[in-house]
Amino acid sequence: MKKENNNVIEANFLTKRFGNVTALNQVTFSVSDGEIFGFLGPNGAGKTTTIRMLTGLLAPDSGDAFIDGVNIKRNPIKAKMKMGVIPEMGNIYADLTAQQNIILAGKFYGVPIRELRKRANSLLEQFGLHDRKNDLVRTFSKGMKQRVNIASAIAHNPEILFLDEPTSGLDVQSQRLIRNIINQMNQKGTTIFLTTHNIEEANQLCARVAIINKGKIVIIDRPESLRRTFETTQSVEVAFDKPIDDGLIGKSNLVNRIERRGDKWKLYTDNPDRLLKYLVKFAEGKDLIIISMEICRASLEDVFVKLTQVNPLKKELR
Amino acid sequence: MQLMGLVMLIKNLDIQFFRGVMVATEKNIRIYYTKAPVLIYGLLLPLFVFLAFYLGRGVNMYFFFPGLLAMSLFFTASSVGPMITPWEKQAGTYERLLSFPVSINTIILADIAAGMVFGIIINMIVLIVGLIFLDYDINILLLSFGILLASFCFSSLGVLLSSPSVRSPSHIMMFSSLIRFPLIFISGIFIPLENLKGIARGLSYLSPITYLVDIFNFGFKGESDISLIIDFIALFMFSVIFIYLSNRFHKRNLMKGL
Repeated sequence: MKKENNNVIEANFLTKRFGNVTALNQVTFSVSDGEIFGFLGPNGAGKTTTIRMLTGLLAPDSGDAFIDGVNIKRNPIKAKMKMGVIPEMGNIYADLTAQQNIILAGKFYGVPIRELRKRANSLLEQFGLHDRKNDLVRTFSKGMKQRVNIASAIAHNPEILFLDEPTSGLDVQSQRLIRNIINQMNQKGTTIFLTTHNIEEANQLCARVAIINKGKIVIIDRPESLRRTFETTQSVEVAFDKPIDDGLIGKSNLVNRIERRGDKWKLYTDNPDRLLKYLVKFAEGKDLIIISMEICRASLEDVFVKLTQVNPLKKELR
Repeated sequence: MQLMGLVMLIKNLDIQFFRGVMVATEKNIRIYYTKAPVLIYGLLLPLFVFLAFYLGRGVNMYFFFPGLLAMSLFFTASSVGPMITPWEKQAGTYERLLSFPVSINTIILADIAAGMVFGIIINMIVLIVGLIFLDYDINILLLSFGILLASFCFSSLGVLLSSPSVRSPSHIMMFSSLIRFPLIFISGIFIPLENLKGIARGLSYLSPITYLVDIFNFGFKGESDISLIIDFIALFMFSVIFIYLSNRFHKRNLMKGL
């Protein structure tokens, strides 16, 4: 099938039901060639179900998915040949070495063995695992395993890379390394489809993000545009030298919502300037010292919370 | 619907399909041959069954060896298949395997191939040892075809036994023993087929091992109690049924336990 546009991933009205539960409801979006596309959503929103459908693991009840113009339902092998997948629950083989895992993965895609050996060595070097290449993966830490996992998924130089929560539960060093690799792959032309819980990660990496909630796409836009759209969700973050009662600080009509974040308070408002002045007076009146205070623009996290309404810390005042 | 499935299967039988089978088989051989359940249920168990039957009973080894060889092939070839899928689901590698350019048929055939190779290798050792100590005038061609077809059939049964959705390989190994032992006892290994009468004789036809014992009896001693043509057709039909059911059950339970 000849493609009529620049889209390499297309989901058209994907619907999936598990018993009485509709896991995905008419999910439709597309990802352009060379794009990093983020897929955000709370637990159970349908992120993994979507990625499993796009990678041919699950068949939709209705709707279609196309990978570089190939219908994944009708021709799964041809579509899978174009992609690399890092599943959320997908581990590598603990009884094989790091090098054996990468070579095994490449063999499935028909990469010649000589080329695979070279590629495995270069990937292990790139991922900082060359000196452990002959060690069994069962002796590796979680971060090292995930690096081998990603190296195995890109052993055949895929055109499209699907990553399901790739940095979840990893140490900061491994997270940064993996984000760098994703960026490098993208610069070389690989299209990236990334699901993540980490909103800052999506903000840093993705050209566009989709937010999914309860099986439905809520919004698709660029992170910056989303922030602008929700600019009314401004806030003032303040910390005092002594603990205070949130009832006192939240009494002002200027505060729409209040959240406690560690030793700080985040006060959502339509008028940050007036709230700032109010807080100074409030601190003077209660004999409090202001340790820090700043006006915050709407973050992608605020947008996410607003659209999915899942923040457990949220305390509505009005 | 079934016809459509068959057409799709034939259409997908391309080079990528065979490559997938080869690579997945290699993976199975590297990882699963040395797993404890395979060694216990595939090698030690048949050895102990044989010793329990043989020691102190004055059994004539010349007459018993074809049955012993059939039992050895059955246990070894059917011991790898039940392990692989539950092990991969427990280890979290199954979803990764499915994400490669493979289909469920690729995975099933690779698991069958791994069981076949294991069964054939171990059986060759048992056969060579038997031929050193026992004086047979063997029909090598018949035995070779018999071993090939039966190892395929038994290994297919092993893969079928792995299809229930459990995440613990030990549960499947216990379940598979519940199926495999009765098949041994009704198969004419311990009691010669000609001595089985009535219901026992009827039951023996339900075990695929019966037909291999008959092939081996002819291949080693020139005696057959059923018919070689029926033996081969029966083993082939059992294989087709096991593969068909494996395909259905594995597809149904594909995402369970991930």
